[in-house]
Amino acid sequence: MSWAGWLRLIVVSGAVLLLEVLCRAGVIAKTVLPAPSVMAGDLYRLLASGAASADIGETLGNVAMAVIASILLGFIGGVAIHAMPRVRRALDPFLATYYAVPFFVFYPVLIVIFGLGAAPIVVIGTLFGVVAMLINTLNGLDRIPRVLLKTARVHGMDPVRTALMVKLPSAAPFLFTGAKLAIAYCFIGVIAAEFIMSSSGIGYSIAYAFNNFDNARMYALMLFIIVLVTVLNAVLFTWERRIMQRRRR
Amino acid sequence: MHRKTDTLLVIVALVTLWQVLHWIVGSVALTSPADTLARAVELLGSATFWPHVAETGIALLYSLLLAVFGGLTIGIALGINRLAGEVAEPILVSLYSLPKITLYPVILLAFGLGLSAKVAFGTIHGIIPVIIFTMNAVRTIPPVMLRSARVMRLSPPQLVSTIILPAALPELVSGLRVGFSLTLLGVLIGEMFASQRGLGYLVMNAIGGHDVRTMMAVVLILATTAVLISAGLLHIDRRMHRRAS
Repeated sequence: MSWAGWLRLIVVSGAVLLLEVLCRAGVIAKTVLPAPSVMAGDLYRLLASGAASADIGETLGNVAMAVIASILLGFIGGVAIHAMPRVRRALDPFLATYYAVPFFVFYPVLIVIFGLGAAPIVVIGTLFGVVAMLINTLNGLDRIPRVLLKTARVHGMDPVRTALMVKLPSAAPFLFTGAKLAIAYCFIGVIAAEFIMSSSGIGYSIAYAFNNFDNARMYALMLFIIVLVTVLNAVLFTWERRIMQRRRR
Repeated sequence: MHRKTDTLLVIVALVTLWQVLHWIVGSVALTSPADTLARAVELLGSATFWPHVAETGIALLYSLLLAVFGGLTIGIALGINRLAGEVAEPILVSLYSLPKITLYPVILLAFGLGLSAKVAFGTIHGIIPVIIFTMNAVRTIPPVMLRSARVMRLSPPQLVSTIILPAALPELVSGLRVGFSLTLLGVLIGEMFASQRGLGYLVMNAIGGHDVRTMMAVVLILATTAVLISAGLLHIDRRMHRRAS
């Protein structure tokens, strides 16, 4: 690990330790925030008892569906829009301001359209993730070096082979960034939708525990999500860096 | 001129899509564009609507101020100190992609019901993108500028005001744009759960009372305002980037 990596580890564990000390010393009241070690213990017991397995499975399933839908739709949409410059120019301001619209407010409408259950949640997740993928697909296609396309033409490659052998590998790092963002946004969208109104899933469980003053369960689940998302993002972040570095060489 | 007609065509397409959806699912689920617009105008004309707007506006203003000034300060510090920036970046990126809604109960327990919880929630949504954009903007300042600053013996405040801020301005506007969207989202989510006032509360209340017309009207007003402000910032953003390059 690099020097900065070690330092980062020290900073993060220092922060957790500080929190632990503050909670144990009573500076932060137990009703506001239990000590991190207590939270971890609660989480372990919750996971071991299997009481939350169904909710966790459901949320992860919803996120997975939303991620797949976002990546596919975003990629196809990006390629299609890139092929039509005029449409693209018209859509550009809408894509740039897309995330200014608070989508959660459409959730009740989606429930009426798609019915209760997983579908509206997956749709919200997809709405969140798809545009990140689309924008990055457009970016990737924009940044393909001209010389590569010219070389492909010189070699007399047909469009399909150009797409598979030149365009796709060249745009791959951007596609990866898009996929990474889509995963993060789908998590945010799905968990928020579950939190607002739903009858199952991790987001719902947290809201339910909160409404019933079940702090132990609430903080355990919160810790679970934070650890899960952080680990996932850290892995994707490192992987992305490696891809970008290989590209620079 | 071409561009304006194209933009108009997109809007027409969106409204048509809305109308078609309305025909498919019916008024109970989705009111028609004309009906929603009528209700929105009615709301905008009523005296009970504006206090909610003011409430949301104040919460948004406070959160934005905190997010922008806090984000600028932290971002500049992390941008100048390379090691600190490298240590902090992955931490910031994971904080950015965390579903912050899960932290809502903690914010509520720490700040209590009311304005402060909303502001805190809006700020934690908006501050991280501002930090990340500022940090990257400061990092990409040409080293020659910083070296000349050292030659001229600028004091740290002078360095920030004469070199760092002007050089990083275009990126700062980009950060502000992303920060604005997220801050608004944070404030609205805050209002949706634990508030008796504000536009988020109005939406939640309308949902609870199955008042689809009001819900859609508030959403329409919110979305239009958000998109217009964001488009304004985008315009400034693009102009600055063009001037900088």
